[in-house]
Amino acid sequence: MKFLEEKIFKILMYLSLGIVFAAVISIIITIFAKGVSALSWDMIFHTGRQGGILNAIAGSIYIVGMSTCIGLIISIPTVFYLNIFRKKDSKLGYFVRLSYDVMFGVPSIVYGILGYAVMVSLGMRSSLLGGIIVITLLILPIFVRSMDEVAKDFPRDILDTAYSLGATRLETIRVVLRQIVPGIATATLLSIGRAIGDAAAVMYTAGWSEMIPSSFKQKAATLPVAVLEFYQQPFSDVQDKAYASAIILTIIVLLLSIGGRFIMNKFSKNKLQ
Amino acid sequence: MKYRIFKDKITGAAMAALVVSSLFLVVMLGLGLLYYSIPVLKEHSISELLFTSSWQPSANKFGFLPFIISTVWVTGIAIVFAVPISLLSAIFLTEYSKPRLKKAVFPVLDVLASLPSVIYGLWGSLLLVPIISRFAASAGISTTGNTILAGGIVLGVMILPLLVSLFVEIFSAVPVEIRDTSVALGATRWQTVKKVLLKKTISGILASVVLAVSRALGETIAVLMVCGGGKLLPLSPLDSGFPIPALIASAYSEMGSEDTYKSALLFAALLLFIIVFLFNLSSRIILYRIEKRFT
Repeated sequence: MKFLEEKIFKILMYLSLGIVFAAVISIIITIFAKGVSALSWDMIFHTGRQGGILNAIAGSIYIVGMSTCIGLIISIPTVFYLNIFRKKDSKLGYFVRLSYDVMFGVPSIVYGILGYAVMVSLGMRSSLLGGIIVITLLILPIFVRSMDEVAKDFPRDILDTAYSLGATRLETIRVVLRQIVPGIATATLLSIGRAIGDAAAVMYTAGWSEMIPSSFKQKAATLPVAVLEFYQQPFSDVQDKAYASAIILTIIVLLLSIGGRFIMNKFSKNKLQ
Repeated sequence: MKYRIFKDKITGAAMAALVVSSLFLVVMLGLGLLYYSIPVLKEHSISELLFTSSWQPSANKFGFLPFIISTVWVTGIAIVFAVPISLLSAIFLTEYSKPRLKKAVFPVLDVLASLPSVIYGLWGSLLLVPIISRFAASAGISTTGNTILAGGIVLGVMILPLLVSLFVEIFSAVPVEIRDTSVALGATRWQTVKKVLLKKTISGILASVVLAVSRALGETIAVLMVCGGGKLLPLSPLDSGFPIPALIASAYSEMGSEDTYKSALLFAALLLFIIVFLFNLSSRIILYRIEKRFT
C-alpha cells in the first residue's frame, strides 16, 4: 500500500515537472514561430513612421540604460552601508531589508499610475524622464536585495585584515567591491531583465512616440508597450510589428538569464572559504 | 590621518541618510495613493465603492465589485493551478532528483521567471485562448476564449517559478538528520515527505503561497491581454473578466480631466497596494523567521 502511494506521487511529480518544461517550451515556440517571419532588418532599422520598431528599441535602451545606472549609484552605497557600517543583525538593517522586500512586491501598475498622477499634478506630460524615474523605483529593490544576498556572505576575515592594516571602514570598499563584483553583475542583469519587460510602469509615464526621443521631455516608445499597442490593432502588418518586438524582447531576456546563470556558476566555483 | 577618519564619518552619515530615506519610500507610496483617492472617497462611501456593481464613470457610479470578483477568480484559479505543481516539483527536486537534473531544471525556471508579462500575454492569447474557445464550443458554450480561465492559467504559469524557488529554499533548510530518522524507522520517502517535511515547513509553505497570491494580484498586462474585459459581474470562469490592475491600465487612457474618475482609479490602486503590502509584510516576516531558525 505505502509503496503504491509512493509510486503514484512519483508519477505526479514527473507530471508536474513535465508541465513546467512544457510551459517554457510552448511559450518560446509560440513567440519564435510568430516572430521569425515578422522580423526583418528593415523593421529593426526604421522608426515607427517608416514602418519599423527602431523607436521602441531606442526608447527601451534609453530607459533601461539610465535607470540601471541610477539604480547602481543608489544601491551600491546602500548595500555597502548595511553590511559594513552596520552589524549583521542591526534593527535598521532588518527594517530596510523588509521595506525593500515589500517594495519588490508592489505591482508595477501601482508605480505607473501613481507616477503618472504625480507628473500630471506637477504639470509634466508623459516623457522619457518619467519612464526613467518609475523604472528606477521598480528595479531598486531587485538591485538592493540581490546584491545584499551576496554581500551578506562576505568573509569577515578579509574585513578584519583590512582593518588591522589601518584601513577605515570606507576604505575597505575597494576590497569589498572586488569581492562582490559577480554579485553586482548578476543583480544588474536581473534588474535589466525586469526593467526591459515591464509595460505597466511605462505605458503612461513614458507614453508612446513614433520617433526616437531627443530630450528627456519627449515621449518615448518601449518594446513591451509596442507589443501591447500593435497586438490590439486589427491589421496583420501592424500585428507583425508586435510579434517582431516580442521576439526581440524574448531574445534579450533569454540572453540575460543565460548570462546571469553563467556568472553565478563561475562565481560559486571561485568562492572564497 | 584625521582627514581619513573625517571622510569615513561624513560618507557614513551620507550613506545612512540614503538608507534611512529608502524606508520612507514605501510610506510615501501609500500616502501618495491615499492623497489622490481622497476626491472619490469624499463623494462615495467605501462600502458603496466596494460592494456595488454598476460601473458608469460618466454617471458618477463607481462600483468595483465586478473587478474585485474578477481579481479573486483569476487569482484563485492561478493558485489552484500553480500550488500543487510547484509543491510536487519542489519535493522532487529536493528529495528525489539527482544533482544533474536539478542543474537542468533551475535554468528553465530562471527563464520562466524572467519572461516579461507581455510575452505571457501574447502566449496566452495566441495559444491558450483558441484552445479554451474550442473546448468550450465542444461543451456547447460559445465564447471567444478570452476568459477568466485563460487569465488564471497564464497567471498560474507566471507564479510557478517564484513558488518552486521559495519551496526549494524552505525544504533545503530542513536538516537531513530528521529525514534520516524517519527513513530509519521504516517510512518510505513519500511518507517522510508527507509526515515530516511538509509538517515541519507548513508555515513557510503558507507564507510562500501568500507571497505568490500578492504577486498574482498585481499582474497587469498578461490578464489585460487574455481576460477579455467584460464590465459585468462574472459568474463562471468561462465569462470574460476585468481584474483591477487591468482596469487601471486600460481606463487611464480614456480618462479626461474628470477628477472623480481619475481619483477612483487611484483608489483602485490604493486598494491593490494595501492588500499587497499586508500580504508581503506578513509573509516576509514569517520567511525571515524560518531562515533564522534553521541557520
